[in-house]
Amino acid sequence: MGKKMLVWIAGAFVLVAGVGPAAAWAQKGPIKIGFLAPMTGGAAQVGKDMVNGLTMYLDEVGHQIAGRKVEVIVEDTQGKPDVALTKLRKLVESDKVHVLAGGLFAHVGYALAPRVDEYKVPMLYPVMAADDLTQRKPSKWVVRNGWTSSQPSHPFGEWVYKTLGYKKVVVIAMDYAFGWEIVGGFQKSFEEAGGQVIQKLWPPLGTADFAPYLAQIRRDADAVFALMVAASALRFPKQYQDAGLKARLPLIGGGVTMDEFVLPSLGDEAIGTITPLIYSAALDTPVNKRFVKEYRAKFGKVPSYYSETCYTTGRWINEAAKAIGGNVEDNEKFLAALRKVEIPDSPRGPIKLDAYGNPVQNIYIRKVEKKDGELWNTVIHTFPAVSQFWKYKPEEFLKQPVYSRDYPPCKYC
Amino acid sequence: MLPRHRVIGLGIMLLLLLVAPPFLSSFLLTLLTQALIYGILAMSLDLILGYTGLASLGHAAYLGLGAYSVGVLTTRHGANFWVTLAVGLLLAAVVAAVFGLVALRATGVYFLMITLALGMVIWGLAHRWVSMTQGDIGISGVPRPDLGLPWSLAKGIPFYYFSLAGFLLALWVLWVVVRSPFGQSLVGIRESESRMRTLGYHVWLHKYIGFIIAGTVGGFSGVLWGYYNGFVSPADVELATSVEILLMVALGGRATLLGPALGAGVIVLLKNLVSVYTHRWLLILGAVYIGTIVYAPEGIVGAVRQFAKGVKPEPLRSKA
Repeated sequence: MGKKMLVWIAGAFVLVAGVGPAAAWAQKGPIKIGFLAPMTGGAAQVGKDMVNGLTMYLDEVGHQIAGRKVEVIVEDTQGKPDVALTKLRKLVESDKVHVLAGGLFAHVGYALAPRVDEYKVPMLYPVMAADDLTQRKPSKWVVRNGWTSSQPSHPFGEWVYKTLGYKKVVVIAMDYAFGWEIVGGFQKSFEEAGGQVIQKLWPPLGTADFAPYLAQIRRDADAVFALMVAASALRFPKQYQDAGLKARLPLIGGGVTMDEFVLPSLGDEAIGTITPLIYSAALDTPVNKRFVKEYRAKFGKVPSYYSETCYTTGRWINEAAKAIGGNVEDNEKFLAALRKVEIPDSPRGPIKLDAYGNPVQNIYIRKVEKKDGELWNTVIHTFPAVSQFWKYKPEEFLKQPVYSRDYPPCKYC
Repeated sequence: MLPRHRVIGLGIMLLLLLVAPPFLSSFLLTLLTQALIYGILAMSLDLILGYTGLASLGHAAYLGLGAYSVGVLTTRHGANFWVTLAVGLLLAAVVAAVFGLVALRATGVYFLMITLALGMVIWGLAHRWVSMTQGDIGISGVPRPDLGLPWSLAKGIPFYYFSLAGFLLALWVLWVVVRSPFGQSLVGIRESESRMRTLGYHVWLHKYIGFIIAGTVGGFSGVLWGYYNGFVSPADVELATSVEILLMVALGGRATLLGPALGAGVIVLLKNLVSVYTHRWLLILGAVYIGTIVYAPEGIVGAVRQFAKGVKPEPLRSKA
């Protein structure tokens, strides 16, 4: 008996022992969606928003897509790449899911992408925004229906210079790739328009006390651009106000600094902050109003962009499955259909993918205002159909390195 | 030699590890592979924690050094397995040698604090030395090693056996070390450092060498880990990882070598398998820890040994 034979026999055992219930063999069983999100650990609450979004959509369609039942298997990534990889294996190899979705942190996105390509199971990235996932290191099987970090920053930078008239801006941002990309996009278009970033401060992730950084902020600036996430986003605005800066230097920033996930926990110190993002719960369209109303009724809170993108992910899968007559077993066709999806009326507005696989969508400039005792991101300007490259030519844009702590360089510091 | 019943017990365990893979689902197989790799790491920590009595909170650093060697060398220089292995082990050994100089000036909780700080230095480098490590994004796309074998290590089962071979090798090395006069002297140092010193042993040097061996074997597990995940990021060298390794050793039983490996298996399974069924898995993990501390302070292996000897395990009580 040759070695090959042995491998075959071993392989046969795996098939028999590994697949489990016979239902997995059935051709027309339910459509299985594998969903990865942090359900425990520091980001568990965001994970919950994500799952809520998807659940809400599937409830609306009665858990039926293209005439087939839908089964969602949620796996906890614990916010860690190695756990996410393990759970990915479980979802694909044991559960035999037809399509994957989810993920929160950029490093999880980079860790998953090569494996997803190996498995040839399409995966939607509704939240993970790292630029290069659809720029310099695209993956065939990853369909990003969320956004790139620098996408809202590009139009925002020029807008800040032209509309708000700020000439000199100090940047204070979390020191990791997501922060660099948001700041990079802003700096590029802001400085091209004529503005100057005169100082960049990079507090590390998880910074609790911003006093040492706030003390350094140059007072000859016109405004401060902040990018905060998670616990830092909760603490920063208050400390910024307490340091007496709010009255002197208006606060602008990246969208997640003031997203709907943090707003309920903030007080009046947040009012007036202007940030761009792909979504605002205060968006005044019938689709979004209904979405917000029903989401609140169901889950007792305002949907964040995490909820919206995952809600739209459900719709995305539905549209693609319908286009191929529910035959999601044909993974190549399914992938092609997923790339072709166009949604003209999602809560966040019209969406379709560009040639590089990132959504072209509206960017909303939002200002925090108080209405009926609650904080809302009122939309004060809309940039329609913005691509990840905005007004730049993709080929030329891709020649520059990915945004980092040192790129674009701080010429005016 | 080992007593016969233990040889038989170990033989059965080894046999199970050898024949089990084809019967397991691929998910369980990946968990078992993970458990073996973490087992190596936990055993290496056992050398300093269990045998020498030095609790280190920075052991994830060596996992990271091995894994980053693989990540950087394979993706950037297309290095083969033997090169990455050599660099990974050497790097871990050198770093352990430097860290040992600093950390071994202290004992007890001070040793703990210093190793914690040193571990964070590696984490900081992984996080901030972006040109080398790509920062928090991590290094992805690490290919599985090609050893010229007829089986591709990209597949689950061959890689499992590859890890098992690595595990047995590490076990053998560590077993030889702890059974040697040198290993016995480490135990002696744990029991009474001053007595060993009086007997004329160069206590510091013994501890130092033990520390370097532990780091090097830890680096070995990191090399396997890098290939297994195909991805390295600062999450691998976090404090949480170091704590987890410490708990693996405590759970399995200190100074038993196989105990920590068992502890690694239990924790890997709990973390990944139980979380499939419930998001309250942390609660269960916590209960397991408390149960171990209260009812089996010597860990799983310790409890089994006592049971085999007919001694009723003594639940932990506060001294009145």
